[in-house]
Amino acid sequence: MDRNFDKPLPSPTPVTRPYWDGLQAGQIRVQCCLDCDRWVFYPRSHCNHCLSDRLEWRQMSGAATLYTFTITRQATAPHFADEVPQLLAVVELAEGVRLTSTLVNVAESAIRVGMKLRPVFDRVSDDVTLLRFEPA
Amino acid sequence: MGLRGEAAIVGLAEYPHRRKYLGPRKFTLEQWAELTRVALDDAGLTASDINGLVCADIRETGMFTPATVVEYLGQPVNFAEKIDLGGATAVGMIWRAAAAIELGICDVVVCALPSLPIPSHPVPQPVNPMVYFQSSSPNWGSPQAEFEIPYGNLAQNCGYAMIAQRYAAEYGYDPVAMAKLVSEQRWSAALNPNAAFHGAPVTIEEVLSSKLIADPLRMLEIVMPVAGGGAVVLASKAVAARCRHRPAFVTGFGEHLTIKTPTYARDMCHTPVGPASARAFSMAGIGPGAIDAAQIYDCYTITVLLTLEDAGFCGKGEGMEFILEHDLTFAGDFPVNTHGGQLGMGQAGAAGGMTQVVEAARQVMGRADARQVFECDTVYVSGTGGVMSEQSALILQGG
Repeated sequence: MDRNFDKPLPSPTPVTRPYWDGLQAGQIRVQCCLDCDRWVFYPRSHCNHCLSDRLEWRQMSGAATLYTFTITRQATAPHFADEVPQLLAVVELAEGVRLTSTLVNVAESAIRVGMKLRPVFDRVSDDVTLLRFEPA
Repeated sequence: MGLRGEAAIVGLAEYPHRRKYLGPRKFTLEQWAELTRVALDDAGLTASDINGLVCADIRETGMFTPATVVEYLGQPVNFAEKIDLGGATAVGMIWRAAAAIELGICDVVVCALPSLPIPSHPVPQPVNPMVYFQSSSPNWGSPQAEFEIPYGNLAQNCGYAMIAQRYAAEYGYDPVAMAKLVSEQRWSAALNPNAAFHGAPVTIEEVLSSKLIADPLRMLEIVMPVAGGGAVVLASKAVAARCRHRPAFVTGFGEHLTIKTPTYARDMCHTPVGPASARAFSMAGIGPGAIDAAQIYDCYTITVLLTLEDAGFCGKGEGMEFILEHDLTFAGDFPVNTHGGQLGMGQAGAAGGMTQVVEAARQVMGRADARQVFECDTVYVSGTGGVMSEQSALILQGG
């Protein structure tokens, strides 16, 4: 795959660092609130359900389904011109967490809301791995 | 709880919305002064009557915006606000102005959203990289910079397209209904001299054959950027009584914010305009059935569909059928976006939502000329910012 290193990449913060380190290690790690027992995504300093700061990192199974998607016919920004059509997706992990991603290794005509997916750990630079998904 | 319906829109100003602006370029502050003057003249008021002001971002400064505008206009005020609600800004301006008037801290408030091109800098300026990321912040620590932008989830098209795709999976999707909505709004726009698409109706077939941009959204279901802008003057009941036109009283409003990025919406197909509209109707003491016209924020067709459902004009999952069953033109049995909507006017940035407010007041005042809805006393208005992130609703009623 062509790599354009001008693509905007994430710069982890002290709070979000474990998430990105997890992807580097081939794991999806998500925070769980120890007070209300609910998932917190994206990573935060405080739970977005009860504002507790007692959050614990846990590893997800990787099982996921497609919540929704679009196929872009025009790049969403010039940085993504080489990716058109972009297969943008909202993915729901089996644990219930929803996240933004892109689909890979799938034909446009095979994409269906609700289809089963599995993670693809896409090492886009020495420091950054993005989380993409393919049909399971 | 809520408004007593004692503040009204009494004056209007609107620039013609044009894809290619050929007039003189003016700074935002100059446009502010011009729109204010026109709206005051329209109401029959003078500059010294102003004692409140609601603005949004202007091009000349990123800070102290209200004071900068107040100083430029030369009119001291007792109430000033800067609103940052994207496409919901116009509606957000109106209810805040009405609330301030009912609190008794001011009795004439100007709300303006100018959006004509400003003069080109005499020295060429470097392109700000922020422009590529549009409504998503690339700043370090911004959730969008970390979890959206790297995947390309930015700008508006893809977010709305993903909501539409989810809706299709849950409730079904009829592209013909969406195209009919566009075609009927464009029919109203064709009769509106201020619309970018004045004199340019489209057929359902033309919408269906327009270019696919982000599945399932096609070119003609997406607003076109234009130059434009508008303003309104609100006044107390006492002041309104000496103004030139029938006042459009603000009898209800609601506002609701949930998320920035729809990925994190609890349910993509139940949008914040639901709670916002419920509050607006309840405050006005009426139901959706009492509406003579609906000016629904229409950045995309899917926005109108979900607003029809969530505001209660029809049930969840029934929006497509509702569109097919009703004539949505100004002359129809359920008039929607009688000015052509933003799909017909074009979208002048955050000023787009002002077109819905201006048209709602125009209809209540009985000044919509060829597009006038018969006996139009009660109008619903909605505003939508971000990607169904922040939404607001208004009820305007004749006195």
